[in-house]
Amino acid sequence: MIWVVAVFLLLGVFFGITANIGVLRFPDVFTRLHAAAKCSTTSVFSILLACMLLKGWDPMSWRILVIALFFLITSPVSAHIIGRSAWMRGLMPWGGKR
Amino acid sequence: MDLAILLDTAIYCLLGVTVLSLVRVVIGPEPEDRMIGLNLIASQVLAILVLAALRLDQAIFLDVALVYAILGFIGILAIARSVGNRGGAA
Repeated sequence: MIWVVAVFLLLGVFFGITANIGVLRFPDVFTRLHAAAKCSTTSVFSILLACMLLKGWDPMSWRILVIALFFLITSPVSAHIIGRSAWMRGLMPWGGKR
Repeated sequence: MDLAILLDTAIYCLLGVTVLSLVRVVIGPEPEDRMIGLNLIASQVLAILVLAALRLDQAIFLDVALVYAILGFIGILAIARSVGNRGGAA
């Protein structure tokens, strides 16, 4: 069982590193938002799933489930809010026309 | 494989790689870049808090993590409203 937990933790850390490198290196607001939204959702959800598998049937596991559901709802919403704000202010996408 | 070493490795890897996002918050040319960096930092601090709750075996950190997620979401909403009204378009 600890190997499954290790695999999910490794997946979460890998996607976290990918999200941060993407946010640092990409050339535009929208591409940075693309990297940050997808990779951070996958990373945090993998880590929370690893923690739930680690605790098993426990009261801590259900609290982690509540946190995971809340994060799964609010993370795409906040990414959409940031992208809509950038689009409404008239920022240009990288290498293209509006 | 020891469990404490595994959790410590994950915590320190996430903590070290969050610095890259903090660099984007500092040097970002647009306000949306800074919002993306803040959102990513909030997500990873949430993951670090849950890992620390398991590492120290203290269930109170999970409540702290839930409140941190709620406050991060409300903060992003408030900053987006404040930035978007400046340009004239809602």
